[in-house]
Amino acid sequence: MADILSPSAWLLALVQALLFPALAPLLAGWVRKVRARLQNRRGASVFQPYRELRKLLLKEARVAHTASPLFRAAPYVVFVATWLAAATVPLLTIDLPTAVVADIIVLAGLLALARVFLALAGMDVGTAFGGMGASREMMISALAEPAMLMAVFTLAMTAHSTNLGSVIAHHLGDAFVLRPSYLFAFAGLTLVALAETGRIPVDNPTTHLELTMVHEAMVLEYSGRHLALMEWAAQIKLLLYGVLVANIFFPWGVASDPAPASLAMGLAAVVLKLAVLGGALAAAETVLAKMRLFRVPAFLNLALLLALLGLLSHVILEVGA
Amino acid sequence: MRIETALSMAGLAVALALGSAVVSLLAARVPKVVRFAAMPLLGLCGVAAIVAGLGALLSGGAATATLPLGLPWLPWHVRIDALAGFFLLLIGLVTGTIGLYGPAYVRGLEQGRDSLVALGGFTGLFLAGMLLVVLADDAFLFMIAWEVMSLASYFLVGFQHEQAANRRAAFLYLLMAHVGGLSILLGFGVLASFGDGFAFASMRAAELSPLWASLAFGLVFLGFGMKAGLVPLHAWLPEAHPAAPSYISALMSGVMLKVAVYGFIRLVFDLIGDVQWPWGMAVLAIGSLSALTGALFALMQTDLKRLLAYSSVENLGIVFIALGLALIFIDNGHPLPGALAFVAALYHALNHALFKGLLFLGAGSILHSTHERDLEQMGGLLRRMPWTGLFFLIGCLSIAALPPFNGFVSEWLTFQAALQAWQLESGVMRSLVPIATAVLALTGALVAATFVKVYGIAFLGQARSRHVRRARPGPWGIRAAQGLLAALCVLLGLFPTLVIGLIDAVPRQILGGGLPDAGSRGWLWLVPDAFETASYSAPLVALLLVAIAALVVPGMRRVGARRVRRCDAWDCGFAPSTARMQYSATAFAQPVRRVFALLFRVEETQVPREDGGMRHQIKIGDRSWDALYLPLARLVEAAARRVVRLQSGNVRVYLGWTLVTLLVLLWIVSA
Repeated sequence: MADILSPSAWLLALVQALLFPALAPLLAGWVRKVRARLQNRRGASVFQPYRELRKLLLKEARVAHTASPLFRAAPYVVFVATWLAAATVPLLTIDLPTAVVADIIVLAGLLALARVFLALAGMDVGTAFGGMGASREMMISALAEPAMLMAVFTLAMTAHSTNLGSVIAHHLGDAFVLRPSYLFAFAGLTLVALAETGRIPVDNPTTHLELTMVHEAMVLEYSGRHLALMEWAAQIKLLLYGVLVANIFFPWGVASDPAPASLAMGLAAVVLKLAVLGGALAAAETVLAKMRLFRVPAFLNLALLLALLGLLSHVILEVGA
Repeated sequence: MRIETALSMAGLAVALALGSAVVSLLAARVPKVVRFAAMPLLGLCGVAAIVAGLGALLSGGAATATLPLGLPWLPWHVRIDALAGFFLLLIGLVTGTIGLYGPAYVRGLEQGRDSLVALGGFTGLFLAGMLLVVLADDAFLFMIAWEVMSLASYFLVGFQHEQAANRRAAFLYLLMAHVGGLSILLGFGVLASFGDGFAFASMRAAELSPLWASLAFGLVFLGFGMKAGLVPLHAWLPEAHPAAPSYISALMSGVMLKVAVYGFIRLVFDLIGDVQWPWGMAVLAIGSLSALTGALFALMQTDLKRLLAYSSVENLGIVFIALGLALIFIDNGHPLPGALAFVAALYHALNHALFKGLLFLGAGSILHSTHERDLEQMGGLLRRMPWTGLFFLIGCLSIAALPPFNGFVSEWLTFQAALQAWQLESGVMRSLVPIATAVLALTGALVAATFVKVYGIAFLGQARSRHVRRARPGPWGIRAAQGLLAALCVLLGLFPTLVIGLIDAVPRQILGGGLPDAGSRGWLWLVPDAFETASYSAPLVALLLVAIAALVVPGMRRVGARRVRRCDAWDCGFAPSTARMQYSATAFAQPVRRVFALLFRVEETQVPREDGGMRHQIKIGDRSWDALYLPLARLVEAAARRVVRLQSGNVRVYLGWTLVTLLVLLWIVSA
């Protein structure tokens, strides 16, 4: 349990919070690189996303005549809410005061806040594509959010806490008993993560074919620093889900004390886990095709079903056992 | 404040509401009297109710009084305690802002043909009725006040009675209100026959056998559930609430539905007292059904006020989910999670009163400025009505349960209560509670989609019709009222611990135990159970959001190019788009309509347009009409056709029936 008044814990929280935007483009670049190699291409450097962000930041931002003030505020809201959500996820250590400030439900709420503003921004200019993207995004999230909450509630019920730090600490102290509920929750949360971060087979982050876009359709009218913020926020969200899956289900190496050695160990462990997860994502994106939009509900219902099975197998099999 | 003073303040509030009704009688001669006297009196009534409610919650005791009214052997009893105080506060908060909002809104009606006497008079009676329901301490006064509330609101629903749809809505409302009232009356009958008379004190002392208690619960749940618009008895609500003038809709959705919640809590938790967990299961199931159905139908609506009415069904569903959890936990011997769920229900009731009031007032100000309720005609209102746009956005974010606004707090508390399900002994209950949680999560996400649609279509984009393009911001009173409610939504989201400290008096009084640890870490931390289990610090979340924004915004301006150039929309390089090419409200909801197609009764038709083209029309019907209402109506009509045979028009036959009745009655009496 984090000591909420300790300055060193807050300092560590600040470092972790800064690591998220710093590392997020790297993960995106890594996934792209692995995918390129799997497709027999050389691919751009893993640092390419940093260059793209820099390019966008330096460019002039253009705003449509028909845009309202909300259009210019939305990138900041999306970025800030996503970043704060990321800052509550234990990256290196479980001793995280921000996880006490905001638990898993708040994390889901902050991501929902970012999503609502993203969708509103899509509808603001009044083009057909923006509204289309917003409508699809809200449909996908309406089905993905219950699955995500069910998956994290399985963990929360096991740990008797909705605090992410406590959940991971409980799992670490659990001596890695293989629980059926965790397997279901892991499968459910992975499917949700694919949907929420807009990856194949739900959405294609590299598409520019108008009728298949979801995320791209909403940010279509953005340029310059506004677009940079939106893209950066999407990368942070990918890293957030990666860390969530990596550190909850495979908590090896997460530091439980603030000693420098264990922190370095934690960093090395999380980088390794993310590299593996990113590789798996790239492989999945290489072998899978994007689904038709109306296949996505079946995909997400599967996620919800898995997550619910996890929760039920926990309350039926594991409570009191 | 002493509790006796709070009772006098509550009495003053009732008197002010009645005064407002009486003053309105003059409106036939001087129309301005509604604007300058009746509405300010309502505002004062709200303030008095707030003071009375706060006094009762802070003092925590109870005070009673006997009024020299009613029947000689059955005087009226009134009582104020923490539960009554909480609902007085809720009524007062919305009523107070109506006092601010009303004058400007009524001004628009002064030129019309609608009777201001009816509007002002019945509004005052309506409020007096609601206040008296909360204050009543015997079944007699309760039922009278309940009927005053129902009848007065009937006349308000039928206020613009020139339109046949409004008359039909009002009749349906009256019918349902009476079926519900009858059910409540029968419930009181069960309680009174076991107790010693109609006073609540004797009902509280009565010992009911479990079977009779369950019967009483069933009747009470049916009656109040009908009034609260729970599915499948909700079909009257989306007809009736939008028909009334907008601030009356705010009162009906925001406040009157909460009076039904009050009645349910008072009768089940307080008067019956000895709750049973199967009731909790029933309430949980109906609540989940209402939440999900309400959310789905709200998303499908294109009439803004109708959409808000369906969203009330959904929110009352959430309140009843929390109440169901409270019943389950209490009967299984877990008072702490029970109190948590109970507080979550109260918190959500208060939140819903505020944001639904705000949203209905917003819809009213759009109606006032553009005479438009149809979302498909709106667009770009944020630039025409910036203040309303800002306040409406706060209402949307609150109702969509996003941090750090108030809707999120009550949803968080409900989730926290549901997550205590592992403590339950029965495996069936342990697995059903999480399913209700999944429904709640799905509902929350659908509500977010609904209000993205509402805000995106109405306030963003470009105007879809000429009168919306020329909208003007409303008068200051209209904006100030919305601003007040929006500020309350933000405050209740930022300082939940203080609010719970206030509400906690209610479970302490009704359940015998509150949330002892809620404020154990100070006002900064919301702790439902223990600090290790869960914690949420709304002020810190808000502070961190602001701090990061304060870092990012100037940072971006420094790094990047400073200039922002205005240009045409890019739109993938297609030809300049017109307002008609925007996504419409119906189109926005289409994916969800397709996913949940089984639940809706969709009629798609092609209608020829004047200019020779075709218009594609979609009507989305409520299946509860076909499945429940229409069969019932046919049954009643069939029964009526049989009874009609008695009416032959022949006096001798009638006399014969009278004789038979008399003989049967004599036989019953003598037996």
